[in-house]
Amino acid sequence: MIKVDKVTKRYATGSVALSDVSFSIDRGEFVFLVGPSGSGKTTLFRMLIRDVMPTEGSVTIGSWDLNKLPKNKIPHLRKRIGVVFQDLKLLRDRTIAENVLFPLEVADMDPTEAKKRVDDILSQVGIVEHKDKFPIQLSGGELQRAAIARALAFSPDLLIADEPTGNLDNATSWEIVKLLQDINKSGTTIIMATHNADIVNSLLNRVLVLEKGKLTRDDKRGAKEKAKK
Amino acid sequence: MRRNPYQSIAAVFIMVVTFLAISVFAFIVFGSSVVIKHFESKPQVTAFFKADVTQANIDQLQNSLRQTGEVSSMKYVSKKDALQIYKEQNRNDPLLLDLVTEDILPASLEISTTDLKDLGPVSDTLKGSPYIDKVAYQKDIVSSLTNWTNAIRLIGIVLIVVLSLVSIFIMMTVIGFKVSQKREEIEIMKLLSATNWYIRWPFILEGISYGVVGTLFGWFIASAGLMYATPYLESFLRGIPLFPVSFLFLIGLLAIELFIAVVLSVLASSLAVRRYLK
Repeated sequence: MIKVDKVTKRYATGSVALSDVSFSIDRGEFVFLVGPSGSGKTTLFRMLIRDVMPTEGSVTIGSWDLNKLPKNKIPHLRKRIGVVFQDLKLLRDRTIAENVLFPLEVADMDPTEAKKRVDDILSQVGIVEHKDKFPIQLSGGELQRAAIARALAFSPDLLIADEPTGNLDNATSWEIVKLLQDINKSGTTIIMATHNADIVNSLLNRVLVLEKGKLTRDDKRGAKEKAKK
Repeated sequence: MRRNPYQSIAAVFIMVVTFLAISVFAFIVFGSSVVIKHFESKPQVTAFFKADVTQANIDQLQNSLRQTGEVSSMKYVSKKDALQIYKEQNRNDPLLLDLVTEDILPASLEISTTDLKDLGPVSDTLKGSPYIDKVAYQKDIVSSLTNWTNAIRLIGIVLIVVLSLVSIFIMMTVIGFKVSQKREEIEIMKLLSATNWYIRWPFILEGISYGVVGTLFGWFIASAGLMYATPYLESFLRGIPLFPVSFLFLIGLLAIELFIAVVLSVLASSLAVRRYLK
């Protein structure tokens, strides 16, 4: 479903974020994207939602060639891809329910239907009791769940999570990973960027390793340590 | 709005000033065109007889004018008629009525010509007549009025253009500031697949609301001022069918102004938002 072909990204400043990266991901996979800070993980994610364009090479998602995707189709693409941002990007002046409702509202969904959908998702991620609280009132793990809930609003085919366990303690991190696994079991493809060796090593999922913009490893059942050599 | 009332006030205020100017200007243009039309449609030359002229002299002058074949109509206004007209015009002002008697008002001839260009020669003939004291040549009045109104129109147009530009700039600054305050939210909206129009609309609506509120105030102040000044202007422009100004005219003016306000606001706020929606 995702095909990244010989992709290079050079920013106007001259720094190279990605260099000749190629891989493909099938529907239903749960892939870890591993690499130190500045290795190009976030650039790769932004490329998948066409927030940045590759300098060379091509990115294909489903039937969309992102180089040829007209601007007015970008919203369609982004509805098919749920993103959990590293900094979550929840709107601080809206409640959790309103934050999850927001993409549905943007898409002009029928209000009653949208409200029901929000309740369903919030129950699915387990924070329905916090729906009327504001982001500042929630713990790190709860916020992460809220961000996941918003990413799931359109039941996307692909969920991208950028370090969803970054600031969480171990037990909470595992809860989040279990939640992502459940989502994966229901058919959603998941790419998760992470530093957490414990999780990567325990799950033995496919692992992509990025180092200084290059894809250095692609193991079907990988562990993080090998990447460090 | 709650956090930054001063910017919104500035935006509304400049709109009030702009539309106050547009309203006053519209009154002047409308009023002056009515005044000019009034003078143009009146008998074009009025000749006032000297006080000691006899009826025979008057008949003689009328006959000689008729013989030229240039005169299309001629109306004799006797001293009595003149007093009647004067009384009619000043019926609300007893003080003025008391002061005037038939004797001090001159008799006059109101003359129109078939061809406008004959007016000059006719008025010259009249000026040369020994029975005539004074000739009021409406063409002079019309042309000096036209000069005045053209000057006022030019000043008005310049003023309105400058004010409109200033209001666009102020509006852009205010909306631009509000957009930049919400930059993070806009970025999130875009990442969550909001179209540019979804993001743009609230700001454009905000701009339109400034424009509409400003227009209502500006129009209201100008109209209230006009109502207030109507009695004074009415006595000043006596005999010209201008007052009271019709309510329909004012409503029509408001409609046009609202249209202009919406165009200005949409323009200004679109320009302000554009920077953030590449």
